[in-house]
Amino acid sequence: MTTLSVPSTSEYVELTTVPRRHPLRWVSAIVLVGLGVYLLADVFTNPRFGWDVVSLYLRDVSIFHGLVMTLVLTVVCMAIGIVLAVLLAVMRLSPNPVVRTFAFGYVSFFRGTPVLVQLLFWFNLAALYPVISFGLPGVHLDANTLITPFIAAVLGLGLNEAAYMSEIVRAGILSVDHGQNEAASALGLTRGQTLRRIVLPQAMRVIVPPTGNEVIGMLKTTSLVSVLAVHELLFSAQIIYAKNFETIPLLIVASIWYIAVTTVLGVGQYYLERRYARGNRTLPPTPWQQVRKFFRTHAPVERSKA
Amino acid sequence: MSATAVAAPKVRAAGVRKSYGNLEVLKGIDLTVDQGEVLCLIGPSGSGKSTFLRCINHLEAIDSGRLWVGDTTVGYEQRGNKLYELSDKEICRQRTEVGMVFQHFNLFPHMTVLENLMEAPIRVLKQPRRQVRERALGLLAQVGLAEKAGSYPKSLSGGQQQRVAIARALCMQPSLMLFDEPTSALDPELVGDVLAVMRNLAETGMTMIVVTHEIGFARDVADRVAFFDGGQIVEVGPAADVITHPQQQRTREFLAAVR
Repeated sequence: MTTLSVPSTSEYVELTTVPRRHPLRWVSAIVLVGLGVYLLADVFTNPRFGWDVVSLYLRDVSIFHGLVMTLVLTVVCMAIGIVLAVLLAVMRLSPNPVVRTFAFGYVSFFRGTPVLVQLLFWFNLAALYPVISFGLPGVHLDANTLITPFIAAVLGLGLNEAAYMSEIVRAGILSVDHGQNEAASALGLTRGQTLRRIVLPQAMRVIVPPTGNEVIGMLKTTSLVSVLAVHELLFSAQIIYAKNFETIPLLIVASIWYIAVTTVLGVGQYYLERRYARGNRTLPPTPWQQVRKFFRTHAPVERSKA
Repeated sequence: MSATAVAAPKVRAAGVRKSYGNLEVLKGIDLTVDQGEVLCLIGPSGSGKSTFLRCINHLEAIDSGRLWVGDTTVGYEQRGNKLYELSDKEICRQRTEVGMVFQHFNLFPHMTVLENLMEAPIRVLKQPRRQVRERALGLLAQVGLAEKAGSYPKSLSGGQQQRVAIARALCMQPSLMLFDEPTSALDPELVGDVLAVMRNLAETGMTMIVVTHEIGFARDVADRVAFFDGGQIVEVGPAADVITHPQQQRTREFLAAVR
C-alpha cells in the first residue's frame, strides 16, 4: 500500500447534489398563512368591527387635532428628555461625587415611580404648592393657572423620559474609546469641545437606535395623558365614542393613526442610523437603492440591429 | 544636532515623581532635552517611560518635582513657594505647543482625514479655515497621503493612519513632538514608512521625544537615548554610546534581550 488509488474523474462526473428537503418549514408556513387568512377574514366580515364607522372617523377633524396634539407632545417631551438626558449623563460621569450622586438620585426617582403617578402629581401640584415663586422675591404665580393639563403632561412625560434617555446617553459616551479623549486633549481641545465635537458624535452610533425606540414609546405613552383631559389622539377618540357609543371603531381609528406614525418614525430612524454609521463600516444599500438597482439591471435592453 | 543647540533646554525635568495608589511609577526623573534634539526613551514595559512622556503634556499630573517645557512649568503655576494646578483652559493652551502621537493612532473615526487635521487648528487656535486647509493638505503631501484627504480613517492601513496622526499633530505647528510607541501597533512591513516620516521630521530640526522599542531607529536617528528601568533613568547619553557601548549591566541585559 505505497500508493493511493485515485479514482478516475469519470466516476464523479454523473453525480449531482440533492439539497436536503425541509418539510417542517412548509408545514409551519402553511399553518401560519392559514391562521393569518382566518384572522383577516374574521376581522373584515365581523360587522362589530364597524369598518364603515372607522372610515367615517379616520379623517374626522377632532381626531386630526388629537393626532397633532399627540405629535406635539411627543416632540416637546422628547426634546426636553434628550436635552436633560445629556446633562444628566455628563453629570453621572463628573469627577464631583455630589454631582454624580444627584444625577443618580434623579434617575432612580423618576425610573422608580410609574409615569402615570408622576403625571397625576404634576397635575395636582397646586395642592402641594398653591403659589409658585421659584424662591425668588416678587414672583407669585398661581399654580392652578400655571399648571395646565398640557404643562403637567409635558413636565411628567419629559422629566420621566430624561431619566431613561440619560442611561442611553451615558452608555453611548462610555462606548467611545478613551483614546479619543486623550487625543483631543493632547490637541488642546477643552473638555466641552471634546464632548461636543469628538465624543457625542461617536456616541450617537450607540445612542440613536434605542432613542428611536424611546420616540416610538413616547408616542404611545402620550395616550396616558388622556387621564388629564389633554385632547390628544386617544382622548379625542374617547370623546367621540362617549357620545355615539361606537367604542371599538374609534379605538381602531386611534390605533391606525398610531401605527401609521410609528411606521414613518421607523423609516426615519433607519436613515438616521445610517447617517451616524459614517466612517465605521460600509453600509448595505437602502431598500430604495435596491429597488433602483433592480430596475437598472432589468431595464429594457436595446439590441443592436446588426 | 545637540552639539549646536546652546539655547535654553526645550524640556527640563527635575525630580519628577508619579504614583498610582501605592505603586510609584516615576521615582525622581531628572532630564533635559535641548532645542532641536531627538531623544529616544527605551526600556522594558512598565518602566515608566510612557508615563513620563504623558506627564510632559499633563495628560498625567505629576506628584512632585518640576517639569518645564520652554520656560513654562507644565500644568502648574508657581505662586510663592507653592505650585497651583492650572485651569483646564490654561492647560489646553500649554498643550497647543506640544504635539503627541499615540500607539493606537486615536484618529477621530467620524471625520475624514482632512477634517482630523483641521479640527484643532480651527477650534483651538481659531485660525482661518482656508489657511488651515492649505497647511493640512501640505502636511498630508509631506507624509505621502495627499490623495487620502477625503477618506475616513478606518479605510486606511495602520501605517497610513499613524502618518495621518503625525500630520494631525504637526498641523497645530507645535515646537515639541512626543511619540508614544508610534510603531508598536503596526504590522512589521508598515513600520518603515512611519519611521521614514519621523526621520524626515527630525531632519527639519523638530525637538522630539520618542518612546520606542525600535533600537535601530534610536541608534540612527536619536541624538541621545535614555534607558528607563523601574521608574528611574538608568543610563542616558549619546545614542551610539548607550546602544553600542552601554555602561550599566541592566542596559546591557535589556539590549541583549531585545536584539
